[in-house]
Amino acid sequence: MASLATIFGSGAMTNSIREIEGMDVIFIIGSNTKETHPVIANKMLKALRRGAKMIIADPRRVPLVKAADLHLRLRPGTDVALLNSIAHVIIKEGIHDAEFIADRTEGFEKWKKSLTRFTPQYAEKITGVPPKDIIRAARLYGGSRRAGIFYTMGITQHTHGTDNVNTVANLAMVSGNIGREYTGVSPLRGQNNVQGACDAGALPNVYPGYQMVSFPLVKKKFEEAWGTSLSGKEGLKATEMMPAAIKGKLKALYIMGENPVLSDPNMNHTVKALESLDLLVVQDIFLTETAKLADVVLPATCFAEKSGTFINTERKVQLVRKAVVPPGDAREDKWIISELSKRMGYPMDYESSSEIFKELGELWPALAGITHERLRKRGIQWPCPTKDHPGTEYLYRAGFPRGKSSFTPVQYKPSAELADKKYPFVLTTGRNLFQYHTGSMTRRVEPIEVHAGEPYVEINTNDADKIDIANGDMVSILSRRGRIDAKARVSEIVPAGMVFVPMHYHEAAANLLTNDALDAHAKTPEFKVCAVRIKKK
Amino acid sequence: MINLTIDGKNVIAGKDMTVLDAARRAGISIPTLCHHPKLTSFGGCRLCLVEIEGIPRPVTSCTTLVGENMVVKTSTPHIVELRKTILELLLSDHPNDCMVCEKAGDCTLQDLAYYYGISENPYEGERRTYETRDGNPFIERDMEKCILCSRCVKVCDEVQGVGAIDFAYRGFQSKICPPFERDLDCEFCGQCVAVCPTGALTGKLWAHKGRQKNVNKVDTVCTYCGTGCNLTLHVKNNDIIRVDSAMSTWNEGWLCAKGRFGYSFVSSPDRLKTPLIKKRGKFKEVSWDEALDFTASKLKNIIKKHGADSVGGLSSARCTTEENYLFQKFIRAAVGTNNVDHCARL
Repeated sequence: MASLATIFGSGAMTNSIREIEGMDVIFIIGSNTKETHPVIANKMLKALRRGAKMIIADPRRVPLVKAADLHLRLRPGTDVALLNSIAHVIIKEGIHDAEFIADRTEGFEKWKKSLTRFTPQYAEKITGVPPKDIIRAARLYGGSRRAGIFYTMGITQHTHGTDNVNTVANLAMVSGNIGREYTGVSPLRGQNNVQGACDAGALPNVYPGYQMVSFPLVKKKFEEAWGTSLSGKEGLKATEMMPAAIKGKLKALYIMGENPVLSDPNMNHTVKALESLDLLVVQDIFLTETAKLADVVLPATCFAEKSGTFINTERKVQLVRKAVVPPGDAREDKWIISELSKRMGYPMDYESSSEIFKELGELWPALAGITHERLRKRGIQWPCPTKDHPGTEYLYRAGFPRGKSSFTPVQYKPSAELADKKYPFVLTTGRNLFQYHTGSMTRRVEPIEVHAGEPYVEINTNDADKIDIANGDMVSILSRRGRIDAKARVSEIVPAGMVFVPMHYHEAAANLLTNDALDAHAKTPEFKVCAVRIKKK
Repeated sequence: MINLTIDGKNVIAGKDMTVLDAARRAGISIPTLCHHPKLTSFGGCRLCLVEIEGIPRPVTSCTTLVGENMVVKTSTPHIVELRKTILELLLSDHPNDCMVCEKAGDCTLQDLAYYYGISENPYEGERRTYETRDGNPFIERDMEKCILCSRCVKVCDEVQGVGAIDFAYRGFQSKICPPFERDLDCEFCGQCVAVCPTGALTGKLWAHKGRQKNVNKVDTVCTYCGTGCNLTLHVKNNDIIRVDSAMSTWNEGWLCAKGRFGYSFVSSPDRLKTPLIKKRGKFKEVSWDEALDFTASKLKNIIKKHGADSVGGLSSARCTTEENYLFQKFIRAAVGTNNVDHCARL
């Protein structure tokens, strides 16, 4: 998201879910949309019924491949080479949008030069994708002016995730597929309110509304609004907090509704970090793996027990309504935070969540026109600067906030840890259809647990034959950081040389294996590529 | 634009509209069982029969396009007789167990039987019986209640792109089933449950939790992925007993397995109910005052000793925007550091 904000001005999905139905080309890269965003996949299927074409770039044969026109089965972590090569072909064939490039972008010539060596033949060596498929993808996507790109963590969770996002953006710009209806760059958000958490400023470098903490004028604005002096120093990112705890620089951590023990890479390292703290406070609805390590556990409420807003992946602010009373003495998170703040000598008193939202809107013009009252009728997409503004379905209609957007030359860099003799498989992690994230909710839903309650590892048929593993055998998966045991699912879903482990299962936690190497810019860990060995148990 | 007359009323319709849609838009109701606005029509149930001047036999209005100066009659005595007969035939092979049916009060077949006053069964005879229960954990498939309208088959294929079920056998033996009549093994999105007009398809989780009476329906947003589907929680006695989504929502009423069936964690016995403080390695239940005082004083001490930057906060993409705003404000203004983040990268 940070990289997308740098390129275009806003770190969010540029277009809307509704527009998917009207797209002519849908390019999905690094997103298992049918399993992780099923209802968005339904919209895509609707477009296909209308005659739209679909390209999927993914090492795995994900369920939507069945409906796609083209499957680019690239080697994990080689997205830059693939996308550069597609751009190379678009320019070579002259199907780029010259007018858009001239009017709304800069740095085209320099970027064009950086693509010279990314011929389809060169890209094939890196990605394993046949040149004819790269050319076909380029003609489909680059030849359309109603084409959208969709991605998720398959693009971002790499040590070169920022590079990946840059190449995606380059592709949208070279084909002019941004700033209009039925186009756009659409990172699909994985959690109900990850957009809202970012918008509200739960980020170490920005205040609410992506306003930089390091700009003195911005800092002054928030100091005045909040009536206290603030720090102008950028804070630690989540993935930097764990090493800081081990080094003794971070002494206390207050965690609200997260389970980093399971969701962060290299679990042993995370546990060690949390155990090094002087104070760990966890506010959650269950005694999660993280809460078990806490000094204080505060019982909180879930979505059905509170009122407020969630902001979805397309920037749509929607009203969440209280339906049931929380169990026992569990309290709303906003009550807990306010009580704690009062005891810290900084009282924050609000009558209701709508009053909190109003304050946020006063500090960030994009939300200024939205009130809980307006949301009672329907959700509204930001930016919505005034009370009579209908909201914004797609961004950059009138241009980019920073004037012109820049092409970013990107060179291919291999992942931090590659398969070798000792660890010959590439492990990638992700979600499946039924379970959700660290499973603290879905694993307590009986039908889901009955149907999808068992951890597994996907192995390619040929690989399984070679190491004498049959479908259903228990195997050990070992990396340099840890080991888990799970049942083998032998199929063609993963290509040879790759295995896949879902992240949901604490008894076979994928993140015991993953590498905590980070993207230098976004500090996103490389969940999608690390080296492992498979052993029959 | 096309001008036509329906039941003596002048109606203007678009040229691609069916007679059924034109009538409904004009406020004239025509009963249907197999028709669904989001699915293709095939004139299967025959309930939407209407008379059109110049056409010798009744036609299905769901598959007939409007025509200029068309004159349509939707409820002549002949049509009403036909509809009653169709309903009697359907009900002659339908369990008469509305007393215990999950769908009672929300069942199109029941509504139509009520509307046309059908209580007798003039067509006694053989009945379809299904003894084996589908073993899947999500969807109850009571096939004796199936009227073969094919909405489930269509939604699975046309909307979900899965095709997990289809018609098998012919004539009286016709049934809808997964391949080789195995247990259902699909995405369990429950779209079929949502469109089923009878009690044939229901959620297994719903059983005996309550029907339509004294149910409070609360519109909200799904708690799982970032799509933000709109849901309606059905609440009874402070318990969520069912989840569905209206066709008028932006997600058109479509949900996934998690959104539709993944709600029971809310009332899980594992929920945290009291604040806990760890003392000598063991959690002890404490009051809110004790937990909050302890936390605040510990934080103040750490800030005093090591500075505000030795404290960090992880906010949550699961919580509301307002809670996230408060959380970061707390870390920034009350603690005094920018060490605040959440799981956007994870």
